[in-house]
Amino acid sequence: MKIAVCLKRVPDTETRITIAPGGQSIVDAGVKFILNPYDEFAVEAALQLKQAQGGEVVAISLGPDVVQETLRTALAMGADRAIQLKTDGNPYDTIAVASALAAELKSGGYDLILLGKMAIDDYNHAMAPALGELLDVPSVSAVSKLTIADGRATAEREVEGGVEVVTFPLPAVVSADKGLNKPRLPTLPGIMAAKKKPMESKPAALGAAKVVVRTLTPPPERPAGRILGEGAGAVPELVRLLQTEAKVL
Amino acid sequence: MSTDFFDIDGALTEEERAVRDSVRRFVDDRVLPVIGQCYVDGRFPRELIPEMAGLGLFGANLPEEYGCAGLNNVAYGLIMQELERGDSGIRSFASVQGALVMYPIYAFGSEAQKRHYLPKMASGEIIGCFGLTEPDYGSNPSGMITTAREQGDGSYVLNGAKMWITNGSTAQAAIIWAKTGADDKSIRGFVVPTDTKGFSAKDQKGKLSLRASDTSELVLQDVCVPKTAVLPGSGGLKSPLMCLTQARYGISWGAIGAAMACYEEALAYSKTRVMFDRPIGGFQLQQQRLADMITEITKAQLLSLHLGRLKDAGTFTPQQVSMAKRNNVDIATNIAREARRLLGANGILAEYSAMRHMENLESVYTYEGTHDIHTLILGQAVTGLNAFN
Amino acid sequence: MPNVLAYAEARGTTLRKAAFEAVAAARVIAAGGEVHALLVGPPGIAATAAALGRAGATRVFVSEHPAFAQYNADAARALAAERTKSGGYRAVVFASTAQGRDLAPRVAARLGAALASDVTGITVAGDEISVVHPVYSGKAIATLTVQGTPAVISVRPSTFVAAEDGRDAVVEPIQPVGDPAAGRVVVTELRTGGGAKLDVAEAPIVVSGGRGLKGPENFAIVEALAAAFGNAAVGASRAVVDAGWRGHGDQVGQTGKTVSPSLYVAIGVSGAIQHLAGMRTAKTIVAINKDKDAPIFKIADYGIVGDLFEIVPALTAAVREARKTG
Repeated sequence: MKIAVCLKRVPDTETRITIAPGGQSIVDAGVKFILNPYDEFAVEAALQLKQAQGGEVVAISLGPDVVQETLRTALAMGADRAIQLKTDGNPYDTIAVASALAAELKSGGYDLILLGKMAIDDYNHAMAPALGELLDVPSVSAVSKLTIADGRATAEREVEGGVEVVTFPLPAVVSADKGLNKPRLPTLPGIMAAKKKPMESKPAALGAAKVVVRTLTPPPERPAGRILGEGAGAVPELVRLLQTEAKVL
Repeated sequence: MSTDFFDIDGALTEEERAVRDSVRRFVDDRVLPVIGQCYVDGRFPRELIPEMAGLGLFGANLPEEYGCAGLNNVAYGLIMQELERGDSGIRSFASVQGALVMYPIYAFGSEAQKRHYLPKMASGEIIGCFGLTEPDYGSNPSGMITTAREQGDGSYVLNGAKMWITNGSTAQAAIIWAKTGADDKSIRGFVVPTDTKGFSAKDQKGKLSLRASDTSELVLQDVCVPKTAVLPGSGGLKSPLMCLTQARYGISWGAIGAAMACYEEALAYSKTRVMFDRPIGGFQLQQQRLADMITEITKAQLLSLHLGRLKDAGTFTPQQVSMAKRNNVDIATNIAREARRLLGANGILAEYSAMRHMENLESVYTYEGTHDIHTLILGQAVTGLNAFN
Repeated sequence: MPNVLAYAEARGTTLRKAAFEAVAAARVIAAGGEVHALLVGPPGIAATAAALGRAGATRVFVSEHPAFAQYNADAARALAAERTKSGGYRAVVFASTAQGRDLAPRVAARLGAALASDVTGITVAGDEISVVHPVYSGKAIATLTVQGTPAVISVRPSTFVAAEDGRDAVVEPIQPVGDPAAGRVVVTELRTGGGAKLDVAEAPIVVSGGRGLKGPENFAIVEALAAAFGNAAVGASRAVVDAGWRGHGDQVGQTGKTVSPSLYVAIGVSGAIQHLAGMRTAKTIVAINKDKDAPIFKIADYGIVGDLFEIVPALTAAVREARKTG
């Protein structure tokens, strides 16, 4: 099987975020960047499929040269080669980025395109269906179980209050959710081997950006709360406040 | 990152950082959830050996042609740092396997021995142990009384006892150092399969330190080994000491890991633990503790990083390793103790790591050359005068 | 004045709360213009369509077909895109549910339109649409401008409150685009977990339990409180999900779900940063914990310190009583 995995380089969730002067982006210095955790599930799924059915896993990421480090993480996990679609900054617009990825993926002859259901920086949950539409292939989002046999796939995805079971033909775009697998750690020999695997860099054919970040601001401060009291004796006061002040009861 | 005050990360290569990150994640995911209980139970988590091997942690700085990761020495040090951030017992396992078992085979072994043992030791199929220390000969290994008498056909018969041997009871192969003649010039290394008749290993009980580690006595009673068991390149005390230098280098990094774990736990605690209506991290005495900790950790990081670069350049000396081991373990023992104190009563619980590190580090202070021995090594290095006896 | 289209999500022949929220959000963009709704479903769905008028839709386009009994991505997106274009709408609005997250990007890509996902606020100033979207696990708020017509916008559940104007909408049956039975992704089964369980990401009230409950059997206390509130879902901290006491679908937090209910009650939850990231935008937060220094109290509007095994049953009884009389 020929599998593409689309990856994103994102700040670690534990990192403290500081908004840069101008409010258009965050301060990079001192931030630890990692491979988007949801994309890790995608890489692992690709590697497991390759181990079971043979084939090739290609890691692709869009961004400035520093994303090559993130691509090398995927290579260290076991991907065969990597492609950087080079941009100056980190474009926000989902459709614009999807256009660039689709332009690259179109000619790749991929049976399956995997990525994480969302990136932990922008929380947009949108790339996989957008890619599927641009490539005119089926797409399924937020999958926690995936089996592939004879060019057809079955997947499970969580929906409100339940699980949807779907089948679809390949080629397809699938986005991974937590629970799909447990991603392997890059091994030390894998880290060494990653340096020797092919890494291609080409300019990204970005679409026009129609959604633009105007400003980033810190979240609104919650007003200070208060402890009403101790033990069950404080319950009547809580209920009173929920009715009269918070008006949720 | 809270424990990178001088941007050491910026002085590491991408691959060194990647190695560090992988081992850190392994320790966070697989070691930390079980290690407190293992320590209380007095058990080394052997079930982690296959995963450690799968990651490539054993003999990581030995060449790829022998099934090893082929990393540089800074990356190797970072592995030790991250393992000991988990527990000194975990790091001891890897130190022994890599620096004290695989290294002597690599440095002194025949090509056949290297090809036979190293890949299997890298994969964790064969666990080894290093038999140098004896019940009456610790700091002065030259006085060892374990003997290896050569027979007519070139085989050897080994007799003696070794003590404080990490992995002793789990090992399939023991690197035994024994005198083939009268003095320490006759010391040679032997690869002894632990199932050889006359070889026995018994766990030492009652340890209050390094509890998540197998520490054993070895007894060799007329143990016969063929001449192919000798490490042909070994000869004299220099050989085991070279192995110790390798291990000590790793330990200098490991101690930083233990110190970081204690510091980070204490720092996080100080920010949330409220006493007298404010976080205790806002009180001057606790701030002094934390300031002292991060200062010593930073100095230790720079010491080991530079040492690693010298080692990679091939210009380092054993005396430099002595300085790093001595300093870093000493500051780590202090940091662990002060962290324990900052945690207050909670600090005596196994749920927190400070006291476990504190107890472990007492062993690390004593093994691989006690603090005092390294003091004399440095003293001799700078004065030229021997103060050992 | 622009008209806006709202995609009304249904499951089988039942309208979901998300449908009304999409209409509510569409009204903000329409700013006086008309809001129309698009509804697809199996035969029988048309009967529910008029109810969308309560939230402010004046017209509902309905496509009934057996192939819409389950979520039909290909057919739904084809129809939504075609309707948006042919109707000349300023924008089309989806709720950012499991279905909406799948559908909105397809429609945007198909139309070459701007896509703003999972927004929590919308402002219209003349021709310009601005939206608000939390990023970096809620550590920052992004204000975005959305350019071009039509714009495709998905809104976070439980954020836009549907009005109850009370006028039934005009229902207009329409034909699907192409053959709905030819959808490439086919839902073969929808497994609902034992009864109609409210999802934490959608419920107006979430009652969560943490390690302080000491064991999975004690979650019955949390469930009783949720039942007393009536329209509450039961959530869980990562610790109890990892311990196997609750399913991952219940997990609230950075690696679980992000929720924005009107009321969030945290029981025996210490309040680690990762948990807070998942619920800090709740309108009112109540915390019950035996440790007065637990971080959760810093973010809670109201807190009670003490033994949850005493407090929660008392609260459950009081809530039941209050709802009877209130």
